Amino acid sequence: MIRFDQVSKRYPGGHEALNRVSFELADAEMAFLTGHSGAGKSSLLKLMMLMERPTQGQVFINGQNLNRLSSRQIPQLRRHIGVVFQNHQLLFDRSVYDNVALPLVIEGYHPKEAGRRVRAALDKVGLLGKEKQNPIVLSGGEQQRVGIARAVVNKPRLLLADEPTGNLDPALSAEIMSLFQQFNDVGVSVLIASHDIALIKRLKKRVLGLSKGELVHDGVLQHAPSTATA
Amino acid sequence: MRQAQRPPKQGRGASRTPSESVSTSVAKGPGASAHKTGLNDRWSSYLAHHRHSAKDSMSRLLAAPLQSLMTWLVMAVALALPATLFTSLDNVQSLGQSWDGAPQISVFLNVRAREQAILSFQQKLKASEQVADVVYVSPEQALREFEQSSGMGNALQTLDVNPLPPTLMIIPAADLSPASLSQMGEQLKAEALVDEVVFDRAWVDRLHQILALAEQLVLGLGGLLAIGVLLVIGNTIRLSIESRRDEIVVIKLVGGTDAFVRRPFLYTGFWYGLGGGVIALLLLQLMLMLLTAPVSHLAASYQSEFRLTGLGVDGGLFLVVLGAAIGWLGAWLAVSRHLDDIEPT
Repeated sequence: MIRFDQVSKRYPGGHEALNRVSFELADAEMAFLTGHSGAGKSSLLKLMMLMERPTQGQVFINGQNLNRLSSRQIPQLRRHIGVVFQNHQLLFDRSVYDNVALPLVIEGYHPKEAGRRVRAALDKVGLLGKEKQNPIVLSGGEQQRVGIARAVVNKPRLLLADEPTGNLDPALSAEIMSLFQQFNDVGVSVLIASHDIALIKRLKKRVLGLSKGELVHDGVLQHAPSTATA
Repeated sequence: MRQAQRPPKQGRGASRTPSESVSTSVAKGPGASAHKTGLNDRWSSYLAHHRHSAKDSMSRLLAAPLQSLMTWLVMAVALALPATLFTSLDNVQSLGQSWDGAPQISVFLNVRAREQAILSFQQKLKASEQVADVVYVSPEQALREFEQSSGMGNALQTLDVNPLPPTLMIIPAADLSPASLSQMGEQLKAEALVDEVVFDRAWVDRLHQILALAEQLVLGLGGLLAIGVLLVIGNTIRLSIESRRDEIVVIKLVGGTDAFVRRPFLYTGFWYGLGGGVIALLLLQLMLMLLTAPVSHLAASYQSEFRLTGLGVDGGLFLVVLGAAIGWLGAWLAVSRHLDDIEPT
C-alpha cells in the first residue's frame, strides 16, 4: 500500500527532515510512526499526501509513483487517502454532518447516497445523534471523532493519522486508537504518527521509529504490559 | 467531558449492524474505492454544487448587506457613467439623423441673373443623373419665407431692394458618394450663373465626426472604469478568500479540485457584477425619467418631435450581462492569483 524508496526531504534553508528512508506497509497492515517532534513524522505523512515532494527517492501509494503525479492529479490522490489531523481541521461554519459530507460533496456523490454514508460513518464513531450540531460545541474527543468520520466517509483503503490523540486524555486516546484498529480489522491500511509510547506498546503493532530524519526502528515494541489489550 | 463520552459508547453498542455495514464495504478490496460514482451522479452533483455555490455565495452577500451594497454601488456607478454617456451620444446621434435624410446643396445665383436663364439652368441640372430634384426659390419667395419665419417683416419692408439672391435647392441622388458630391459642387461653382455653393450637410458631417470622437472617448473611459471595477471586485474577492482560508485548506486536503475551490468565489464576483449592472440600469432609467419631460419641452419649443430614448431592452440586458461578466472576470483574476498561495501545511 505504501512504499518509501530511499526518500530524502531537505527543506529550503538546509534542514534535512528525512534521510534516505525506506519502508513498506502492506495492504491491510497497521503501523505506528514514532519519534520526537522534529524527527520527521509530519514530513513523512506530508510526502504521502503530496503536501510536500521528496528531494530524493520515490514514494509509492497503492503502486503509484507519486513523483509521476502532476499537481492537477493531487486531488485524485487525496480522495483515496483518509487523513486525521491532530487539530481536527474541522470547519466551524457548518454542522457536523456537513463537515463529514465534504469529501463526498467534492467527489460528487448523490445527496441521498452521501447522506447514507455520512450517517453510517457518524454511527461508526458514535456521533449519530450530533450530526446537526456545530463541531465547536463538541468536546475535543468528539471533534476528533468527527475528523475520523470525515476521513473514512468515502471508504479509503489507506488511513493516515497525525498525532490523533495529541490533545486527549488516556481514556479518550485508547478509544480513538480502538476505532483505528476497527478500521484496520476490516482491511484498511492504517499508519498513525504518535509519540504516545505507552499506548502504542499496548496495541502490539508494528512501529516505525524515526530519529533525526532516519528510520532507526522497525518492528513490534516489546515488553508491553501484559494486562492491557485494546 | 464525561457526559460527552457516553453517547458514542451507546451508539456503537446499539447500532451494530449499520456500523458493520461501513466496515464491510470498506473491506470490499482493491478498486472498491476507485470509482464509486456514476457519470450521471457526477453530472447532477456538479450541477448541484453550482446551485449550492450560487445560493451560498448570494446568502453570504446578503448576510453582510451594508458591505455588499457598497460594492454594488461602486459597480453601479462605474457602469452607469459610461452607459449614461453612451445613451446621451445615442440621442444626439438620432437628433443629427433627423436632419440627415436629404442632404441638400443650396446654390446661390447671381443677383442679376435673368429668370429665363435660371429656369433653363434648372432644367439642365434636373436632367443630370446625379440629381434627384431641383427647386427654384425666387428672391421674392425667399423674402416672403424669411419675413414669416424671422419675425422681422417690418424691418425688411424698409429696404428698397430685395437683398436675397435667387436660389436653386438641389437634392442629389440618394446613392451619391461624398466624393462625387463634392465634385458636383466644384462643377456648379464653375458655372457663370453661380455665386456660391453651400452644402447643407457640412455641419451634419462635422457633428458626426465629433460624435465619433466622443464615442471613442466614452469607450476609453468605459475601458478605464471597467479596469477599475475589475480591481474593486478583485480586492473584495481577495478579502473573502482570506476570510475563508481554513475552508480552502480543508477542501484541498480532502481532495477538492481547484475548480471546486474556485466556484463559490466566481459566483460571488458574478453576483457583485450582476447586482451592480441592475442598479446601474435602474439609475439610468431614473435619470431618463427625470429628463424626459424637460427635454420634450425643449424639443417642442423648436417644433421638434424629438424624444429621449433609453438603452432599450437589448442595451439594458447588455449592461447587466456586462456587469456580471466583469464581476466574474474580476473574481477569476483574484482567485487565480491568490488561491495557489493557500496550500495545506
